[in-house]
Amino acid sequence: MSFWFWNGLRKGVQTTRYPRAPEPAPGVSPGRPVTTDFRSSEDASQAAAVCPTGAIVARGKSAFVDVRLCIHCQRCHFGSPHALAWQSDYEWTTVAGEGPTYRPLPNAYRGSLHVIVVDAGDCGACLHEVKQLNNPFYNMHRLGIFLTPTPRAADVLLVVGPVSENMRVPLLKTYEAMPDPKRVLAVGACAITGGVFGRTFMSAGGVSSVLPVDLEIPGDPPPPLAILHGLLVVTDRKSPIGRESLGGT
Amino acid sequence: MTPVPSSLLMRQRIDLDALAAAIQERFPAGVSLSRETAGVSLSIALGERSILPSVCKFLFWDSACSFGGIVVEERATNWRISYLFLATGSGWIEVVLQMPTAESVIPTVSSEVHAADWHEREAEDLFGLQFEGHPRLGDFILHDQIWSEGLAPHRKPHRKLMDAHEFRLRRRANSEWRPVLVVRDPGAFAMPVGPVYEGGVGESLHFLLETVGEDVVRAVPRLFYNFRGLEKIAEGRAASDVLLLAERFAATSAFAHSLAFSRAVETLCGVEVPARSKHLRVLLAELERLRHHTGAITGICESTALAVAASQAAIVEEQLLRASCRLTGHRYLFGLNTPGGLRRDFTRDELRDLLASADSAVHELQVLEKRLRLTSSFLDRLEDVGVIEPEKARDLNLLGPVGRASGRCHDLRRESSYGGYDEFAFEVPRETEGDGYARLRVLFGEAYQSAKLIRQAVERLQPGPVLAACEPRLSGAAVGWAEAPIGATLHWVRLDEAGTVERYRVITPSFNNWLGFHVAVEDFAFQDFPIILATFGLSATECDR
Repeated sequence: MSFWFWNGLRKGVQTTRYPRAPEPAPGVSPGRPVTTDFRSSEDASQAAAVCPTGAIVARGKSAFVDVRLCIHCQRCHFGSPHALAWQSDYEWTTVAGEGPTYRPLPNAYRGSLHVIVVDAGDCGACLHEVKQLNNPFYNMHRLGIFLTPTPRAADVLLVVGPVSENMRVPLLKTYEAMPDPKRVLAVGACAITGGVFGRTFMSAGGVSSVLPVDLEIPGDPPPPLAILHGLLVVTDRKSPIGRESLGGT
Repeated sequence: MTPVPSSLLMRQRIDLDALAAAIQERFPAGVSLSRETAGVSLSIALGERSILPSVCKFLFWDSACSFGGIVVEERATNWRISYLFLATGSGWIEVVLQMPTAESVIPTVSSEVHAADWHEREAEDLFGLQFEGHPRLGDFILHDQIWSEGLAPHRKPHRKLMDAHEFRLRRRANSEWRPVLVVRDPGAFAMPVGPVYEGGVGESLHFLLETVGEDVVRAVPRLFYNFRGLEKIAEGRAASDVLLLAERFAATSAFAHSLAFSRAVETLCGVEVPARSKHLRVLLAELERLRHHTGAITGICESTALAVAASQAAIVEEQLLRASCRLTGHRYLFGLNTPGGLRRDFTRDELRDLLASADSAVHELQVLEKRLRLTSSFLDRLEDVGVIEPEKARDLNLLGPVGRASGRCHDLRRESSYGGYDEFAFEVPRETEGDGYARLRVLFGEAYQSAKLIRQAVERLQPGPVLAACEPRLSGAAVGWAEAPIGATLHWVRLDEAGTVERYRVITPSFNNWLGFHVAVEDFAFQDFPIILATFGLSATECDR
């Protein structure tokens, strides 16, 4: 069956040039709403009113966006008379928590970062986007990032989903089995705040209520490049985005 | 191989009048029939509980209806439990049993209709109903090592947020809990797999592989690690907020689920969606199916470690994700459906772009399929692996590509012709072998048909509005359905006068098909396990909700 080899070669290189250069292909990222100035404060509050999660807050003539809460329903974008500006980038990773401290992993991890993924009640979208990182377009192996099935060999814990009650113990056991130093990334709106599921009898309402979270990757789901950006931030090959530029105050 | 009985292969339209007359004749006392209510074509109200199993048996086995699911509702003073069946070509039949909330014992129907097994276990866990004669109630959704029995979190008195803390106090973890093992041979042991496993990226699933060494005798899936209480969370929310939940509990079939939910609300409001949005919904649903099946094919290639094929399928999948994003602004088609139609329209150029992407995806898939057919090492791993006989598939009511690879022709697009599918020409691919390779062929075949449907939808698209006003005016319940990529999905919605959701019941194809998974994993070699799992292509989160 040598034809597989030749056919594989004939396809040529499909891989993105990111992080060396931005990826220009349309459709790699759904983008996100950004803080927008309106003509009047009424327009701004009407623009904020369409958001079902309260991610948009009107202050004066501006509508500020807290991307951590955004679930990409696009109600502020399509069909709204006061549409918010839309930015189609993908570098969204922020430092979790209030404090300014952020500790990237040492340089030794740059060429060999092992990642374990835990599905803690995810809807399948974030998980699927993580899975895409292994496809030829993104191919994270070229950056020295590998998925591992065992927590004993993992440096980074990637958690998707709001942490369902039935997954709480497996998640904690996975975290405890990981050697130090380790970092925890919350991927997607559900993992950051609980998203549409919130904090209920069956959902912990975000990873941070169970584990100390280091970095947050907003999005519902964040596209593969956003997750890749988060993994590059872990080893300080990219910088996290400041909260200010996300519209917080 | 034994020939498949023609009764399993032929699907003829079931005449509801004749069926109603037959039921009246067979059960002269204790049933009252009514027609055409809220998405249901025939409603059979039972006067007494004892005839429930025989009525269900009559519908499923004697009348060749397929099983839909069980909807348990707690009303002010009584339980309303409805058993849904699909009569080919004639719509849904519901068997309704009402009884006071003080009572909790009903006869089991799963001894007659095996497909109802998990539905009853779920109702027992979440509502505390007792199904008399059911062989194994207990540890199911609320895992026994975490939750004590008898919590019944979905009952009305439990307000979801207030109870979050109370529930954790009330539960007594049963650390003594051990799974039930069946294989007792000398040297037999059970190998646990999951919930965190599988080369890095896998859904949370747990399997207990009972083995005596090389071969696995029995494998039992333990699910519901992703259970987030979707149905309970939805209660008391506005329909527009529940739509967000419908989209986000199982994102790989997001469009199909939001479509089923929207259709239920539209039925309640008596709204007919505009023709343009009907066609666009067909287009988007088929785009989702095409992308989902490409992903499933990628998974099968990965499970057999055929790296080049897996990469090439993954390239097609990513291209389809990008095409979805270019067209709709979201890679998983979130935020499009809304009761009354679609939230936004598309230009001709955008649709042309999509059509080109779908055509090129089909071309790539055809090339891939041809090469896979020539790869004997690949076929050896799939053929005669994870076989489900047609009789078993009918018995367990398997849906979607899995059912259709085992000779069933259950496809809501054909059997209930919803949402304008009857205007389009398409085939429903079907195989009868029921092995892994048959499932792969069905996936390829359906992907081609989806592209064909996308082309027809674009060509027939008429200008016009895409959104009709849809304000809930009447309180009541309705059922909405759609053929999701994995199989038929049913969304049952009850709205009150204010337009908020009183009860939301989601019946998913993954829930239905996981029940049949144990049939495919009997007496197989260890290394076949990921392959059987991949050819099933089920979603744990869609099952768990």
